[in-house]
Amino acid sequence: MSSESLEYRLQAGFSSAQENSPPEGGTPNSRHTCDVLIVGGGPAGMAAAYCAAQSGQRVSVVDDNPEWGGQIWRGEQAKPTTPEAANWFKQVQGANVNFIRGARIFNQPEAGRLVAETLDGICELGYRKLILATGARERFLPFPGWTLPNVCGAGGLQALVKTGVPISSKKVVVAGSGPLLVAVAAYLRKRGADVRVMAEQAPWARLLQFGLELLSHPGKTFQALSLKRQLSGVPYLAGCWPVAVRGEGQVSSVTLRQGRRTWDVACDYLACGFYLVPNLELPSLLGCELQEEAVWVDEYQETSVPGIFCAGESTGIGGLELSLAEGQIAGYAATGQHAEARKVFPARERQQRFARVLDQTFALRDELKALPEPDTVVCRCEDVTLERLQAYDSWRAAKLQTRCGMGPCQGRICGAATEFLFGWGMESVRPPIFPARVESLARLAEAVPEPINQSQ
Amino acid sequence: MENEKTVTLLVNGAPVTVAAGSMVSAAVVTAGAARFRRSVTGESRGPLCGMGICFECRVTINGQAHLRSCQIPCRNGMEVYTDE
Amino acid sequence: MTSTGYDVVIVGAGIVGAACADAVSRAGLRVAVIEANHVGGGATAAGMGHLVVMDDSEAQFALTHYSLALWHELAAELPRDSEFDACGTIWVAADDEEMAEVRRKQQFYQERGVPVEVLDARALAEAEPNLRPGLVGGLRVASDGVIYPPCAARFLIERAQASGADLHLGRAVVELTGQGVRLSDGSFIPAGLTVNAAGSWSPALTPGLDVQKRKGHLVITDRYPGFVRHQLVELGYLKSAHSLTTDSVAFNIQPRRTGQVLVGSSRQYGVEEKQVDGLILRNMIERACAFMPGLAKLSAIRVWTGFRAATPDKLPLIGPCPERDRLYLATGHEGLGITTSLGTARLLVDQLLGRPSEIPLEPYLPAHVRQEATHA
Repeated sequence: MSSESLEYRLQAGFSSAQENSPPEGGTPNSRHTCDVLIVGGGPAGMAAAYCAAQSGQRVSVVDDNPEWGGQIWRGEQAKPTTPEAANWFKQVQGANVNFIRGARIFNQPEAGRLVAETLDGICELGYRKLILATGARERFLPFPGWTLPNVCGAGGLQALVKTGVPISSKKVVVAGSGPLLVAVAAYLRKRGADVRVMAEQAPWARLLQFGLELLSHPGKTFQALSLKRQLSGVPYLAGCWPVAVRGEGQVSSVTLRQGRRTWDVACDYLACGFYLVPNLELPSLLGCELQEEAVWVDEYQETSVPGIFCAGESTGIGGLELSLAEGQIAGYAATGQHAEARKVFPARERQQRFARVLDQTFALRDELKALPEPDTVVCRCEDVTLERLQAYDSWRAAKLQTRCGMGPCQGRICGAATEFLFGWGMESVRPPIFPARVESLARLAEAVPEPINQSQ
Repeated sequence: MENEKTVTLLVNGAPVTVAAGSMVSAAVVTAGAARFRRSVTGESRGPLCGMGICFECRVTINGQAHLRSCQIPCRNGMEVYTDE
Repeated sequence: MTSTGYDVVIVGAGIVGAACADAVSRAGLRVAVIEANHVGGGATAAGMGHLVVMDDSEAQFALTHYSLALWHELAAELPRDSEFDACGTIWVAADDEEMAEVRRKQQFYQERGVPVEVLDARALAEAEPNLRPGLVGGLRVASDGVIYPPCAARFLIERAQASGADLHLGRAVVELTGQGVRLSDGSFIPAGLTVNAAGSWSPALTPGLDVQKRKGHLVITDRYPGFVRHQLVELGYLKSAHSLTTDSVAFNIQPRRTGQVLVGSSRQYGVEEKQVDGLILRNMIERACAFMPGLAKLSAIRVWTGFRAATPDKLPLIGPCPERDRLYLATGHEGLGITTSLGTARLLVDQLLGRPSEIPLEPYLPAHVRQEATHA
């Protein structure tokens, strides 16, 4: 009876503009259609976009950041720091590619359409072929004091500094695992930070083997030597990891352990990440099969869902060059340029060997499972401590009872930790795969002319 | 001061100037605040992941709460509030 | 009673099964609860967790009123993570017709000793500033509340275990014989009596049971303390809950102690798929935003669905199952399972022990319902 007086039609206006600029009429919503949509504007996405664009088909790239570059090349669009980056930035910006910035995908209403949220509205994306280049995120492990302000990821602190956080003359400890630590330490030092030490949990023996493997990749050897030079004077400790952080309201020191030795290092920031895990939420939502916790793809980078391709770290952590190779193959293959794709197979093969070595080198040691204490927070969104989680034997049971994983991070931070600590697998993914405004959720599905009966 | 190369905004009521292109997280740190938000049990928290997935960097911008400061570019005149 | 084994085996550790397990074991009987998945993992986890008195029939009122009093008695013992919050409900009137309904409800409740307060437009706006202007008024029911049901269910199960009950977790029941329950792994658990408290799965175990799935959608936001203070329901909710065949949405939102806002509600009949239905969701959100425009900009973290267990007359089935040997039913609670779980448990124990119950049993007896059906 009263439904008419309570009509509330959310802004249904869509502009069919191809450009990602606010359309006329004031509505902040937009709609884009293309032949090939690439999700992710990092190296894999950039390579895919450039190669796909060679076909002349309409190519769009969507990313939640304001610029090209993803994580590793964040902030480098104006000033690339390596020739390789410079080359790819130039190529992708010179190609006929539409870059949709600041848009975060939260659902697939139906095959061929994705819906993303921007700061002001939503963006509907229609495509015929899809390339997922959603990359990876750092794995965070809990230990006493890890929730203090100024404890960041390694890539996390780098991203923050790249986007303006001042680090000059701040004391920084870099810890965790992976080649990223060294790259981050070098970058922070270049920006004026006083990097006190790099603590890598992998043991020396594995790192030495890794070093040997590097020798068969001349480009990587050169990189490594260059980083070593940039970090001269900064100790790099293997078999070393943080056991606690102390401070009142923010970090004032980190306690490191190496073998039987434990000592404190005074610092302003702890940049700590334990290697990387692929971002699998969108591929899972789309039904792509996973293998060994990464997206399975065939030799042309096509997933188990026809027409959906995947490239970069989400097919398995493998580093920059592998991402570039996979991106090129996916971009060519998605646009029918299979001969061009095959030319990149040897490069991908070489990088895949390297990726397997990376995996082995930086595998996490069991001692890290013992780092959190009973009152250490594991789920940061809901402040769920280790001892509360230990009462359960599955992710779902723990989630139901403690609300671990029910916060805005949707389990992205605590999920990787509980998987490492307890071996828990997570539940299947459900939209929205990122938090979105209530009004945006009303756009989860296609707009349909007739409303259903309301209170009749 | 309006300037193409810098942006001036308010953090907890006080003006802060940062390089153009900086994210709001940079403005908060530059303003001297280590705490961005309080957790559900009242712990001080700051940014962790730097890429918009951990939600620890949430602040209130122009009256809207729970915005991830690490992914929002600073604009002149923005009013940013961290949790007390 | 059997000389070995259990007196009562309860199938399902949702809030109803948990409450029954607690009440039956405290009455001194040997109890086992069998749960295929997780304690409080079905509709118990999916629903809104409201504790609410309802007046759509005398029987519904009696059971909800009785149960609500039991919840208030239990409140002091509930663990913190159950998030018991006596925030009250406001039934919102959007026009004069609904305001007349407010006055009818006021009279109904006052006659039965439920403290209620009529709010005019100004008082409504003061009580809930984020409601849109132009609403006519409402009825505040201060004794209503909200809870986080999975933790309440766990508390009840733990209390049952402390009284000697056994919990068999991760084991699925496939058959209820007269002698006990058969599990999916082939094993058999003998029982003096069996209680089917399996919610929307109960017809699978008791064929012919007229309990249908009523799908619902919910959205939960990030934390906005103070955005909404009471559970808010539109008076159209009852029309929605009563419709047997049409899909419907109604404005129903709830604050959590956490400051998060739960946005509902929807009802769909005859749908088996769990996937979120974008159209229903959109309609539900639009309805909610029509009452509270500020909802639109809040950050929503999760969306999910669940299945209520619905009987044709909206009343649960509590009592012996006709034509079935030594089987009791405690199911069919539709959208009131959280509220009426405690009352259900009491009525069940009353029947098991043959003692008089505090409210008339008749409307919930499965035999009664069967009779009604044959006479219709």
